[in-house]
Amino acid sequence: MSMTIPLLSYLVSSVCCIMALRGLSGPNTAKGGMYFGIAGMALAIVTTLTLPAVASYGTIILGIVIGGAIGGGIAKKIEMTALPQLVAAFHSLVGLAAVLIAAAAFSSPESYGIGETGDIHVGSLIEMSLGVAIGAITFTGSIIAFGKLQGLISGKPVVFKGQHPVNAALGVLLLVLIITLCATQVAAAFWAIIAVALLLGVLMIIPIGGADMPVIVSMLNSYSGWAAAGIGFTLQNTLLIVVGALVGASGAILSYIMCKGMNRSFFNVILGGFGGETAGAAVVGDNDKQAKIGSAEDAAFILKNASSVIIVPGYGMAVAQAQHALREMADVLKKEGVKVRYAIHPVAGRMPGHMNVLLAEANVPYEDVQELEEINRDFSQTDVAFVIGANDITNPAAKKDPKSPIYGMPILDVEAAGTVLFVKRSLGSGYAGVDNELFFYDNTMMLLGDAKKMCEGIIKALEH
Amino acid sequence: METAPFFVTGLTVFVLSCFVGYYVVWRVTPALHSPLMAVTNAISSVIIVGALIAAGPADFILSKWLGFFAVILASVNIFGGFIVTHRMLQMFSKKKKK
Repeated sequence: MSMTIPLLSYLVSSVCCIMALRGLSGPNTAKGGMYFGIAGMALAIVTTLTLPAVASYGTIILGIVIGGAIGGGIAKKIEMTALPQLVAAFHSLVGLAAVLIAAAAFSSPESYGIGETGDIHVGSLIEMSLGVAIGAITFTGSIIAFGKLQGLISGKPVVFKGQHPVNAALGVLLLVLIITLCATQVAAAFWAIIAVALLLGVLMIIPIGGADMPVIVSMLNSYSGWAAAGIGFTLQNTLLIVVGALVGASGAILSYIMCKGMNRSFFNVILGGFGGETAGAAVVGDNDKQAKIGSAEDAAFILKNASSVIIVPGYGMAVAQAQHALREMADVLKKEGVKVRYAIHPVAGRMPGHMNVLLAEANVPYEDVQELEEINRDFSQTDVAFVIGANDITNPAAKKDPKSPIYGMPILDVEAAGTVLFVKRSLGSGYAGVDNELFFYDNTMMLLGDAKKMCEGIIKALEH
Repeated sequence: METAPFFVTGLTVFVLSCFVGYYVVWRVTPALHSPLMAVTNAISSVIIVGALIAAGPADFILSKWLGFFAVILASVNIFGGFIVTHRMLQMFSKKKKK
């Protein structure tokens, strides 16, 4: 009877979490959704504190204060361009927390009512080992993803011989260890599961290239949810199961959308190694072809005389922090009577919706920003396509060259526009390691230089 | 009637929640995918519930220390996740007023 009220408040808390996700269906309801999420979380914490298993509050309050101060401090200061690595870092914490909780449950199962030390129910052991394994993979996998996004580790895929057999062997080993643990209750097997899963997390993410990061960040998001659900099964807590499943499903859907945006299967991404072999990629840009290279003044002249412009931002814009300068440029053009819109490719940037956040940060009106399906047809009626910091997502090879590694990927048809202005630091290939023949088209003008400086140069030229 | 083991109840809840998640998340507009990730990240820290129970006992045993660290980690996530989400959503909504 005493558990009825806590269980009911967990139910309310679960509903709040569903409402939090529901709110994100539109920009107007999003904030309301977030408050639901906060309320749900607060209720979950308060309810748990009233449980008889929680006897002393000192350490708990200290933990929340320390964690809250660190989390709040980081989240307030972080630049929006660094969002993907922040999210990756946060995922790693969920993974590690799941590992710690499972370890706590393993060392004192009495607290959770799942048996005695050395005699834990087999069902709980299975759930516990799954939860701890997923948590450990999430932890190290997210750390590697963080390192790649932050530039601490090379964004290039790290491949070595026999990588897939090694991963497969580790997977089998993990399974054997789980069976051993259930059969013998040996503590060493439990710690070995953690060690193997930690290693597997590193090896799974290390071969994946920078351009595939949106998929990986979503996938780790999903894993952190499954880890929470696994812990929920172990602790027999429905709230954890509900929220874990919601997060898991959400991350899985985002991974699917990102994979579709690149026309690649999920397994293709996971098996990795994409974008490493630059030499093997289709060479389309013949050396005798010359790219037209323009200046900020040339670009300003073309933009001023256009009646409509579509801006195509990519990761390069984030790196150069060019979103504010870009919006100012768009404002000047709008004053001149030019219709300006933004086209967002699903995998532009390093996490789902990355470009939308950066443009929103720079005060670009929500209505001006459109998704690929909405806007792609309009390029043929557009005078200027202004590509800034994007590359592979505009590469016509994806449509024409079956040999290209990015063949079949949906791209923004920028080449259909009257003129393509392409802001880029060099004529090099994109993250996928594929040359872009668009650079050498007759209607393309390359604007070589830093994205932010180029936008500022164009603004200056426009104002003269 | 014999009561079903928790695993069955848990699995029922799990499967139904996956369906709820599936249908709810497909309705999220692509423009808000980043805030979606931040929110899901924050709410996945609901595992703090498990950490609180581990950190709960009065005597300082191994599991209490493990729970204490888990509480810190999960709190970083909860506060960090919601604050980042708030900052993002602020950006999406501020233009409405102008």
